[in-house]
Amino acid sequence: MLTPTVQDPAYRRFQQRFGPILRTRLLQAWGTVASVALLFVIAAVWTDFAPDTILAGLPRVGEYFGKLLSIEPSRGADTVPVLAFGHIFGGTKEPQSLAYWFYRIDVYAALLWQTLQMAVLATVLGFAAAFALCFPATGSLSRLRPMVFLIRRLLEILRTIPQVVLALILVWPFGIGPLAGILAMAIHTTGGLGKLFAELNENADRRPIEGIVSVGGSWLAQIRYGVVPQVLPGFLSYALLRFEINVRSSTILGFVGAGGIGMELKRTIGFNIYEEVSAICILILLMVVVLDLTSERIRHAFIGRMQ
Amino acid sequence: MSLHLADIAPTDIAAQRIRTPTAFGPGTGTKVLRWAVVLLAAGYFGYLLWLFEFGKLFTGLPRLWTIVRLMLDWTGFADWDHAELLRSMLETVAMAYLGSMLAFAFALPLGFLGARNVIPARVFRFITRRLFDGMRGVDQLIWALVFVRAMGLGPIAGILAICVADTGVLSKLFAEAIENTDRKQTEGVTATGASFFAVLRMGVLPQVLPVTIGQTLYQIESNSREATILGLVGAGGIGLRLSERIQINAWDQVAYAIVLILIAVALIDTVSRWLRMRLIG
Repeated sequence: MLTPTVQDPAYRRFQQRFGPILRTRLLQAWGTVASVALLFVIAAVWTDFAPDTILAGLPRVGEYFGKLLSIEPSRGADTVPVLAFGHIFGGTKEPQSLAYWFYRIDVYAALLWQTLQMAVLATVLGFAAAFALCFPATGSLSRLRPMVFLIRRLLEILRTIPQVVLALILVWPFGIGPLAGILAMAIHTTGGLGKLFAELNENADRRPIEGIVSVGGSWLAQIRYGVVPQVLPGFLSYALLRFEINVRSSTILGFVGAGGIGMELKRTIGFNIYEEVSAICILILLMVVVLDLTSERIRHAFIGRMQ
Repeated sequence: MSLHLADIAPTDIAAQRIRTPTAFGPGTGTKVLRWAVVLLAAGYFGYLLWLFEFGKLFTGLPRLWTIVRLMLDWTGFADWDHAELLRSMLETVAMAYLGSMLAFAFALPLGFLGARNVIPARVFRFITRRLFDGMRGVDQLIWALVFVRAMGLGPIAGILAICVADTGVLSKLFAEAIENTDRKQTEGVTATGASFFAVLRMGVLPQVLPVTIGQTLYQIESNSREATILGLVGAGGIGLRLSERIQINAWDQVAYAIVLILIAVALIDTVSRWLRMRLIG
């Protein structure tokens, strides 16, 4: 039989050695779990995160979604389930039809276009700034250690300040409107892309750079002909990824008055115009999905070129 | 055969140019096309600058400079409500922690349900994956708005918003980690005649646990950054204090709150990096 008996000396020796190891490991595991749980309880008490409050509120979450997916034929009346099949293609006067639901589609379309353009401009500006800053921030390309350190810290600060806070501040000097949002996004993009670009530079092949150095190329020539051709596809791929992120955040920035469809969304939420809230959300979702799919295609093309 | 530069006559060059035109730089067609693209891009950029009234940038800059100067003037430091700011900063961190840990608790079983090698049914996986996409696709700030309506103002709404958005993110990552596990270990456990759950517990979980812990720690980091803005819609944390101070133009305290956020984020980054090193090795 394979089953070891307690009398077996080999088994006892195994028990003697493995037992303490197992015990410390279990102790460590339970210690970690206990401290995590203790922290959880402390944090929950601190924030009044009580189960009964949550349970009391949970049904109302469903209520909100129910209202979102309904069209009110007249304000104050009971909500009616959206889109009865016989009415879907009815005109704007007919409740429960698509045309009634999206009756302000022209306004939304203009705002969505504006939102998209905000993201484009912010990405372009952020890309330009990050492009200018990433080369002096690369340790392997720049001999000025303090400058590398300083620019890296600057980029870090730029991307740590929350974008919405930045927009909230910039609304004061630049007025309510898209400009503040664009600048906030551009600043954040600079911080995010600058770091990624510097990492790409760091990993660039040294040989083309050495080639340029050997023929007496200046620092700018080294960058222009030695580094940029290698890293540009990567830069563009990151920029597109960032563009996707910026499209998403540009829809949010309107909440603090920084332009785009977010302002309209906030207004409709504030006035409890549920059908408009859901219409806008659906349009935003559609735009984001379409853009994501397109930009994923393009990005794969860039990555393919890089390899 | 040797070729000297002096031997090459202009006629040779002309003949070569006719034979291989592309070797002498791009042709006129390509050049025109290139310039057209550059002009188009420049025109589009100009349109964007006009659309967003970029001239306002320069009228706004002096005002921005005034705000920056006010931000840097910390003479009233002793009179600020430090207790309130620190408390809400801690509250933000607590929200991120609670939200992420709850998300971890929900996402671990959901991740198993969404993994191909645990439940092979394609329809089921499609539904769970789309569910994760939906939770992830809606911005945290929007979730916060939804929960503020249901739960009222305060950190609970923020915690739930973080939890829901994060469950989407973590479930997807966990499901992918579970799909990428080594089959040998699970096969070994199965060979001993273990039950389905024992296989998951002894075969899959030990492989994915380090990954899931790492990802959860990263989420706590990124959520404590994101949670700073949830207060803007009334979902608790330092965001509310920050927006109050911006409303009354107390720029010095705004700068102080931002510095607090930067410090807190840096601290959490350090702690979580240390923890990751210790737990995952």
